[in-house]
Amino acid sequence: MPPLLEVRELVKHYPLTRGVLFRKQIGAVKAVDGVSFALRPGETLGIVGESGCGKSTVAKMLVSLERPTAGRILYKGEDITRLSGRALKAVRRNIQMVFQDPYTSLNPRMTVGDIVGEPYEIHPEVAPKGDRRRKVQELLDVVGLNPEYINRYPHQFSGGQRQRIGIARGLALRPEVIVADEPVSALDVSVQAQVVNLMEKLQGEFGLAYVFIAHDLSIVRHISDRVGVMYLGRVVETGTDTEIYDHPTHPYTQALLSAVPVPDPEVREQRERILLTGDVPSPTSVPSGCRFRTRCWKARERCALEVPLLAVPAAFRDTHTPARHDSACHFAEERRVVPGDTRGQMG
Amino acid sequence: MLLEVRDLYVEFRTRDGVAKAVNGVSYSVDAGETLAVLGESGSGKSVTAQAVMGILDTPPGRVSGGEVLFRGRDLLALKEDARRTVRGAEMAMIFQDALSALNPVLTVGDQLGEMFVVHRGMSKKAARARAVELMDRVRIPAAAERVGQYPHQFSGGMRQRIMIAMAMALEPALIIADEPTTALDVTVQAQVMELLAELRRELGMGLILITHDLGVVADVADRIAVMYAGRIVETAPVHDIYKAPAHPYTRGLLDSIPRLDHKGRELYAIKGLPPNLTAIPPGCPFHPRCPRARDVCRTDLPPLYRVSQDRRSACHFWEETVDASSA
Repeated sequence: MPPLLEVRELVKHYPLTRGVLFRKQIGAVKAVDGVSFALRPGETLGIVGESGCGKSTVAKMLVSLERPTAGRILYKGEDITRLSGRALKAVRRNIQMVFQDPYTSLNPRMTVGDIVGEPYEIHPEVAPKGDRRRKVQELLDVVGLNPEYINRYPHQFSGGQRQRIGIARGLALRPEVIVADEPVSALDVSVQAQVVNLMEKLQGEFGLAYVFIAHDLSIVRHISDRVGVMYLGRVVETGTDTEIYDHPTHPYTQALLSAVPVPDPEVREQRERILLTGDVPSPTSVPSGCRFRTRCWKARERCALEVPLLAVPAAFRDTHTPARHDSACHFAEERRVVPGDTRGQMG
Repeated sequence: MLLEVRDLYVEFRTRDGVAKAVNGVSYSVDAGETLAVLGESGSGKSVTAQAVMGILDTPPGRVSGGEVLFRGRDLLALKEDARRTVRGAEMAMIFQDALSALNPVLTVGDQLGEMFVVHRGMSKKAARARAVELMDRVRIPAAAERVGQYPHQFSGGMRQRIMIAMAMALEPALIIADEPTTALDVTVQAQVMELLAELRRELGMGLILITHDLGVVADVADRIAVMYAGRIVETAPVHDIYKAPAHPYTRGLLDSIPRLDHKGRELYAIKGLPPNLTAIPPGCPFHPRCPRARDVCRTDLPPLYRVSQDRRSACHFWEETVDASSA
């Protein structure tokens, strides 16, 4: 199946300037610095990474809220970064976004009906005026809200319900792709599960493809078919959920996974933790070569000189193990860091 | 016993009536022990801690009943200035958001040093030296150079280390950490939790860890108290509770989190929402969301039943719940 959405060498640099009258560029924040991936119809691509890795900037470029500095975003083979006017509007209809914070992403002065129906103001061809109220009520029903709430305001809803409103708005134009940036991280544990389940149900019903961006590695594994791990503006490793979680080969992925607390006290003594030292370098002064090398325990001279490419590492090229997947490390090695489930063996 | 909270009640006056935030909470922590208080937003876990520390906003808040015994002395009966000497010197608190907990216009050296000037009567110069020592101890690189910097010049993880340094400056017997790593990235969270655990061991402190994260709890806690709608619904040693929870709410929480070690099927979702604290349902406050709820649950508030010597559950049907969990 050809990809629905394909991103090639995407770059977003924000210039750093000095001076007011004579503005001079003195550097750049390299928020995204060469990201490539593909999204197939109906699939979920999870993107994980820590704050500042550029995952939200990627999301904004996918929905054309930011214009890339370089690189291409192909939607059904067409480069949307160069589109404007009517052509851009048509594409945007098919790629919608769900935001992280259900408190600030809904206008407090608009009713739920106006919020969910607003996309129809911009794309009136989707729903003629007389039909809108019914369509909005249908959408509310689909996301599990009472259709009678159409005249209520956002403050009358809980966090989880607000996120449902945000999802209903994302669905209004019947898009093919939904970019969800941390859609459940502001919610309580018991409500997170409700929203994750809803997103999975809607995916099946509407044949949606998701780009699911999150910092919570457990949720990303649960919902994703494939996962990309980002560090300082680049994807360092990508593969299926099993490949990434059970057979990671990039040291950053291994450190990240080993740091996730697992809700099982039985594994805490046996578990091997890779504690990284220091902080993520600033995206204004990215290290040469491999950008993870300043925190990597395996770093050697080559890592400072040569940028590792995201490809199947030579060591695994002729194998048929799940370790054979794209990993941007000169010294990629498989290492299991996620402990197995001990709960099933007890009691 | 280092700290013993007995039958604590806290309420808030709000526009919509009196919000009953804490409704008869009892727990205790011993020296060297880590108690995790687990709950979702509005469960009363932070308000309980604020009442223990004596930093509750009054009004609108009010402690309406109970005792907070610290080394046998009821803190709630103390005058404010007596309480202030306990706070900082004998018990200290670490907050979630280091950036708003630290003073933005004072250098970190001044803020750390202030502890020694106020509580120990040290000179500014001596206090400064102690501040550098503390920063070293929580492993802030180049402490001597950075002691003169302001909070905003540090990363999130480093700021949280500074808060930890401040909390342990006077080597208190008890530290209350309220969501200390929630705002941090996972690799930084691991560093900070490791540091906290190490300091606790070294100094033999009691630690109350307030969190919503079942993973963090499993990593560090000795005992857990699970809170819901201002009550403790289950308390147990950490291993027991994960193996076989004795309360349907705990069971639901454990089942609703996705796992890191396999993809899993559809997540279990606890239906509905936590109650409004101005109108907590009669009977068991969890009954509208509970898969085991029966008539008695709608009318009778369950006491904390004794499950075993060191376990309690506020569920009329705790036996069924344990059996179902370990089946």
